[in-house]
Amino acid sequence: MDAHISFDNVRVSYGGKTALRDVSLEIPRNRIFGIIGPANSGKTTLLKCINRTIDFEPTAKVEGIVSVGGEDVYKIRNVYELRRQVGMVFPLPVGLPLSVYENVAYAPRRAGIYDQAELDELVERCLRQAMLWDEVKQRLDMLGTKLSGGQQQRLTLARALSHRPRVLCLDEFSIAIDPVTTMKIEDVLLELKNEMTIVLVTNLVQQAHRLADNTAFFNDSRLIEVGETEKIFSAADEDLTRRYVTGAFG
Amino acid sequence: MSESRDQRLEYYVSTAENGSSHREVFAPSSFERRKAVVEQVAKYTFLCMVILLVLPVVTLLGYLLVKAWPALSFSFIFENPTNHMTAGGIWAPLIGTFFLVLLSLAASAPVGILAGIYLNEYARDNWLTRIINLGVVNLAGVPSIVHALFGVGAFVLFAGMGRSLLAASCTLAVMTLPVIITSTREALAAVPMSFREACWNMGATRWQTIRTIVLPNSISGILTGVILQVSRAAGETAPILFTGAVVYARVADHGLRSFFPYGLGDRCMALSMHLYTLSTQVVDVPDEVLYGTAVVLIGLVLAVNSLSIGARIYLRSQKKW
Repeated sequence: MDAHISFDNVRVSYGGKTALRDVSLEIPRNRIFGIIGPANSGKTTLLKCINRTIDFEPTAKVEGIVSVGGEDVYKIRNVYELRRQVGMVFPLPVGLPLSVYENVAYAPRRAGIYDQAELDELVERCLRQAMLWDEVKQRLDMLGTKLSGGQQQRLTLARALSHRPRVLCLDEFSIAIDPVTTMKIEDVLLELKNEMTIVLVTNLVQQAHRLADNTAFFNDSRLIEVGETEKIFSAADEDLTRRYVTGAFG
Repeated sequence: MSESRDQRLEYYVSTAENGSSHREVFAPSSFERRKAVVEQVAKYTFLCMVILLVLPVVTLLGYLLVKAWPALSFSFIFENPTNHMTAGGIWAPLIGTFFLVLLSLAASAPVGILAGIYLNEYARDNWLTRIINLGVVNLAGVPSIVHALFGVGAFVLFAGMGRSLLAASCTLAVMTLPVIITSTREALAAVPMSFREACWNMGATRWQTIRTIVLPNSISGILTGVILQVSRAAGETAPILFTGAVVYARVADHGLRSFFPYGLGDRCMALSMHLYTLSTQVVDVPDEVLYGTAVVLIGLVLAVNSLSIGARIYLRSQKKW
């Protein structure tokens, strides 16, 4: 198994309060990796370690080694390139106070792409992949913040795809999106995994079941179990996992 | 409006008392009625406070205008004081104040805004930052006479500027700096953190984020803070008293030269200082000259403040979230 992202005894605490306890985990390349678990179990913290946005939490302390593509993220000199390689979508939609077009063109421009035709093509492709193109193609100059919550969430997804990431981290991406559109995006994700590794944190256990190739179950800042999705959902080793995926707990 | 609301209330009360049908659910209980009374009391108390605030300002302005009316004319503004300052206009102090404010802001606005950006966007939250922030906030509350004495020590004597327009402007700049830093920080802090995080997640550097997202959305607040300091710098007497303002300076009031009457090393007149001199040091000043000077000074401050309010309203309408 070709590991794209690996965690080696990673322990994270916020001002003495532990958020992740000795997590060792390998996320295989070009697969969808599901992460499930109740609230406050450390799932979001895990994602923030991948692109080092955890550095922006003033009290956070990270121990152990997180590596992306075989490189320790804390030894990478160009952290901005690391962040461009990782697309992040968090649960609350954030439309930047720019036009819809500029929202998606933001990261490419900051990375030095100025060619108009290239930007146009990139913006259209990302918006299509996020299932937003048909709704906004007539009004690309409208403010991103004026879109509805669900549309802004898809705009966030389009932005995450705009810097051509090799890893896409989705943290509860679908809570603001209607079920029909969610299904369409899920189909897109299944196609996208040919190009990138997808880490899918979700509270919808069935979503992980539908999409993920491998699934990890977190509880109380610990990694309880990780394995093939089918095994986690039908024959988990741990009793806690079995109870969580069947809805008896959590 | 309120009449019809009272009528409606009465209607609900009466129908409730008649024991009539579906209106009953909306009938006010005694608790609801007490709430309505408290609501009215609160509203009128606040209104009274507003009237208490506005009334003296309006009276003062009206009184000043009436008293100053005979003196106010084109020549009053564009001519120099004559006859031992008991006649003539106020051009020399007016242009002096203009240059004092312009120079002081040219120094304090860039420094203050950049320092504010550093403190809010880059500085880590540690004890040193906290001490600096506390210091800045406290400096904003230091009396202007203390700034004046600092100006004498630092600019007039130590830096060797002597008593001059430059030294006075620098002193005013030091006085306005802490407020500009504080207002800049507040304006920046009002931009939601989630915008910055979204940019950082896409690999934008801090400066790219500040330039493209944070500054465009906080510029209204920053500018308002700066403009408000214009009126403060124009109104203060103490900081310029020992550092560069003079009671009387003879300058040109005709031709191009009248617009640049002072050099950086010259002492200059200023409106606030002029008003102070007229009212305490000079005998036989006609009332209307005194009131006229006050009206021009207040008018200047009001005009600048209105500009700031206008700018704020315009820029807020451009706000994008």
